[in-house]
Amino acid sequence: MIAIIDSGGANIASVMFALERCGANGTLTADPDVIMSADKVILPGVGAAPVAMDRLRQAGLLDCICSLKQPVLGICLGMQLLFDESEEGATPLLGVIPARVDAFDAASGLTVPHMGWNRLQPTPGGVDHPLLQGVEPGSHVYFVHSYAAPVTADTVASCSYGVDFTALTSRGNFMGAQFHPERSGPVGARILQNFINL
Amino acid sequence: MLTKRIIACLDVRDGRVVKGVQFRNHRDMGDILELSQRYADEGVDELVFYDITASSDGRVVDKSWVNKVARRINIPFCVAGGIRSVDDAKAILNDGADKISVNSPALENPEFITTLAHAFGTQCVVVGIDSRCETDDEGNNKYVVYQYTGDETKTISSKRDTVEWAREAASHGAGEIVLNCMNNDGVKRGYDLQQLALVRSAVSVPVIASGGAGDYAHFADLFEHTGIDGGLAASVFHSGQIPVPKLKQYLKDRNIEVRI
Repeated sequence: MIAIIDSGGANIASVMFALERCGANGTLTADPDVIMSADKVILPGVGAAPVAMDRLRQAGLLDCICSLKQPVLGICLGMQLLFDESEEGATPLLGVIPARVDAFDAASGLTVPHMGWNRLQPTPGGVDHPLLQGVEPGSHVYFVHSYAAPVTADTVASCSYGVDFTALTSRGNFMGAQFHPERSGPVGARILQNFINL
Repeated sequence: MLTKRIIACLDVRDGRVVKGVQFRNHRDMGDILELSQRYADEGVDELVFYDITASSDGRVVDKSWVNKVARRINIPFCVAGGIRSVDDAKAILNDGADKISVNSPALENPEFITTLAHAFGTQCVVVGIDSRCETDDEGNNKYVVYQYTGDETKTISSKRDTVEWAREAASHGAGEIVLNCMNNDGVKRGYDLQQLALVRSAVSVPVIASGGAGDYAHFADLFEHTGIDGGLAASVFHSGQIPVPKLKQYLKDRNIEVRI
């Protein structure tokens, strides 16, 4: 069973339906016991980091998520929550992957949000990561975000938008996609399938 | 590099996809699910569903198809039409839509954009602008925002300047603007590049062009001559006149970044 943490974001239905298309069952839950006993866990999320962290805190899920040992996939804001801190409202995050999430600089002439299809570039160390099995380097996936994490030692694939940022990350059992695999056509479906198959 | 987006717009009336010329004479173009699936398979980057009757009738869009579309397709889609409250928006987003687009209700109350952005994040909130180029007594062109355009008997000028309204919408929390140039809509002579470039330079959020696509070159003109982020079209896609895979290849051959 795959637990989808009810983080209150607007993309939860899309994630549930994408799992269905992959032939997997997702259970939407905020119950720590259900999450702890799941085979895999997905942390979805769109919206603002402070709101999402408050919601997880109120549901009593902060320690639960950090202590998970099974594969965990954060999606979009859900990925950002795995890092240390966000510039968005100077918010402390879950801190399972080291790095700080910063805003794109609209003053530099960038259109923000970074919205649309951009390329995944596997890092030298990330090219053989199981999530990227069957995914061509340079494949397009769908992004919608105004904040991003820098490229770190944990980055599996980066993307370029004004700066290079982390598109896909993996540290131990924690993984995160800044893009929306559930809305990224056949490439996104493959990445989700790869997660399900872990 | 971020690609230029090719967006298919499906005007929906009574659960069917329809298309008219300059908002009139709507013809049946097919089934929502079939068309959505076809576009996803063909490599369209995004879909916009617009209930053309909802806003002017005071009705909410019939949502039963939103959930079906969300289950079926794996590309992002936006729903527009008659979204007047946070609850209206929430129901559509919970059914699996990625974005909601507001137009007339935002003109009536710009704070509504802020309310939606706070509730769901700016990335979910698109503001649609129907704009007409008008020539004043001294022969100067000006761009004016129109309201209630879903029904020609109710369509009125909002008296707002298009560029000013785009700026205001973005500052209220719109994450994207779809600019529909009404003079060009349905006449297939190309996008209104001048107007689009003007709005593009006025805001920092993505701007999508709507109205006027009739040929491959119109999309190339749009992306080569404006900083516009995506081109939206309806009838040329629905009718098969411009197959999306051929359009993408054409743009790629002209060194325009697209997803193939």
